[in-house]
Amino acid sequence: MTIDTGNLNPTSQVSRPSGGSFFTSKGRYRAFFETWPPIVLIALFFIGLAIFVVATAPLIAPYDFMAMDLRDRLTPPALFGGTWAHPLGTDELGRDLLSRLIISIRVSMMIAFLSTLIAGTLGITLGFLAAYFRGRVEQLIMMLIDAQASMPFMIIALAVLAFLGNSLFLFIVLMGFYGWERIARIARGLAIAATEQGYATSVRDLGASPMRIYGRHILPNIASTLIVSMTLNFPEVILLESGLSFLGLGVQPPMTSLGNMVGYGRDYIQSAPWIMLVPSAAIVLTTLSISIVGDWMRDRFDPTLR
Amino acid sequence: MLRYALLRIARALVTVSLIVSIAFVILRLSGDPAIIILGPEAPPEAFKAFRHAWGLDQPIWVQYLKYFNAIFHGDLGNSMRDGRSALQVVGERIPLTLAITIPALFLKVLIGLPAGVYAALHRNTAIDRLIMTLSVFGFTVPSFVLGLVLAMIFAVKLGWLPSGGSDTWLHAVLPIFTMGMIGAAVIARFTRSAMLEVLGQPYIRTASAKGLVWRDVVVAHALPNAAIPTLTIVGFMVGSLVAGAVVVESVFSWPGVGRLLVTAVANRDLAVVQVILLFVGFTMVLANLIVDLLYGWVDPRLRTKRLQAGT
Repeated sequence: MTIDTGNLNPTSQVSRPSGGSFFTSKGRYRAFFETWPPIVLIALFFIGLAIFVVATAPLIAPYDFMAMDLRDRLTPPALFGGTWAHPLGTDELGRDLLSRLIISIRVSMMIAFLSTLIAGTLGITLGFLAAYFRGRVEQLIMMLIDAQASMPFMIIALAVLAFLGNSLFLFIVLMGFYGWERIARIARGLAIAATEQGYATSVRDLGASPMRIYGRHILPNIASTLIVSMTLNFPEVILLESGLSFLGLGVQPPMTSLGNMVGYGRDYIQSAPWIMLVPSAAIVLTTLSISIVGDWMRDRFDPTLR
Repeated sequence: MLRYALLRIARALVTVSLIVSIAFVILRLSGDPAIIILGPEAPPEAFKAFRHAWGLDQPIWVQYLKYFNAIFHGDLGNSMRDGRSALQVVGERIPLTLAITIPALFLKVLIGLPAGVYAALHRNTAIDRLIMTLSVFGFTVPSFVLGLVLAMIFAVKLGWLPSGGSDTWLHAVLPIFTMGMIGAAVIARFTRSAMLEVLGQPYIRTASAKGLVWRDVVVAHALPNAAIPTLTIVGFMVGSLVAGAVVVESVFSWPGVGRLLVTAVANRDLAVVQVILLFVGFTMVLANLIVDLLYGWVDPRLRTKRLQAGT
């Protein structure tokens, strides 16, 4: 399923300040915010925060994420009657929610990152193969793309997990099969268009091998669009992973992910709603920020939209 | 039109056999059924007898053909949990799932379509931005989070609606609403961008330049042309009516196909998982086929152009 997330910032469509005529020149701040809309800056801030958390997770987590403290069960967050010893409160086993959140963000982001990398590699390779060979190979790849696109991925993922069992490695590879078909479609289209262009025909006439033409010349030229589509794939993988983990079929305990935390928190929705709300907010903020930045990048860098 | 239709049907059949083949491959990959059923410590004679009884000692292509044959006779094995036919176990859950997915589909279309069209026609106004902001949330808020938050508000805090189960029609309200909101956001987004693309076309300018009232331009020229991408996404939703509610059914303990699938996966009840997988595959292919045929009906160009292109 292709998801067109549309245009989030209408301002970016206004012609960019060129500093040209007296009548069209704009104030410095206005020009700045037209290139960098405030919502994008906020989203970039959250992404930066998430990357910081991913990089330093075990260091900044105040407690061990598995450490239980049965005397301190279900304490609310600091601002809702709890103490600063546990800023986001504790869960049913007295585990510190902030520490669990930090580790969960790391796990969820790492899975989404590795999976998107797999999907990107797979998609670009198959898209290029289709563009290079055309004919039968292309038809076969297009058939695979159509088959993948016509099934809800959640069902495929559940079936594979049922048949093959679950391990973190298998789970990441499985998530890597999400979204490759969209990237393959884009890569194929762009590569076919690129082979007709002067630079590609020139290096071909110079005797470059197909590997060299596609890897060293076509790929860098179409990379920006591919990176944008991989960025937009990223939040969807987070949603898929957290959905499966929420059902108890994704990341397995004692490891934790954002979906797992929501899944365990739902049993305490009445007595301790923060257990569920804290990771939920983290999921929404992360996916929202990446989608906003992805859309903004697409509007800025995608030449096909100009 | 007949050739177009036949071509589409042939393609659908190819996809169906592809899905069956993939199910066969995954089933074989999942390990030796003899070891799974008999356990690794069973005597070698027992293995041999078991393999012979189930045809596992025959060449793989014979097994493959037999598998096909069995599926088209509806022989899909028994559920490992209660020994009943897997087809029957899944079949009795389908009406319950449809009871929430069909109303949810209506909700999605009835909210999403007008919202998307309205936003496109009033581009860059406050209402357009409001609709698009809400729709971004529909994309980024997972259904289980929305479901749990709705349950927290309407069941726990206000006590108006039950938070789980399927005893009365009131139990269906929250699941339907959760799926409806998220789907409406998706449809609104698609419809808006499809409409915007159409509204930028020269024929819209021509229609409005020849003096047609704007309402007629929209109804007669813009809407039919914007229908195609929207039809695709609605078709996908129709196809996932049976299994599109996996997460939401689990959130609200609704005993439909989705919850059955989750428990079957957790217990590795392979026969049930396989039936659901094939069932979803068939409904998706059927929905795609209907959408393809509708395309041909909505857009006469497709009936001829695609054939000439040979795809």
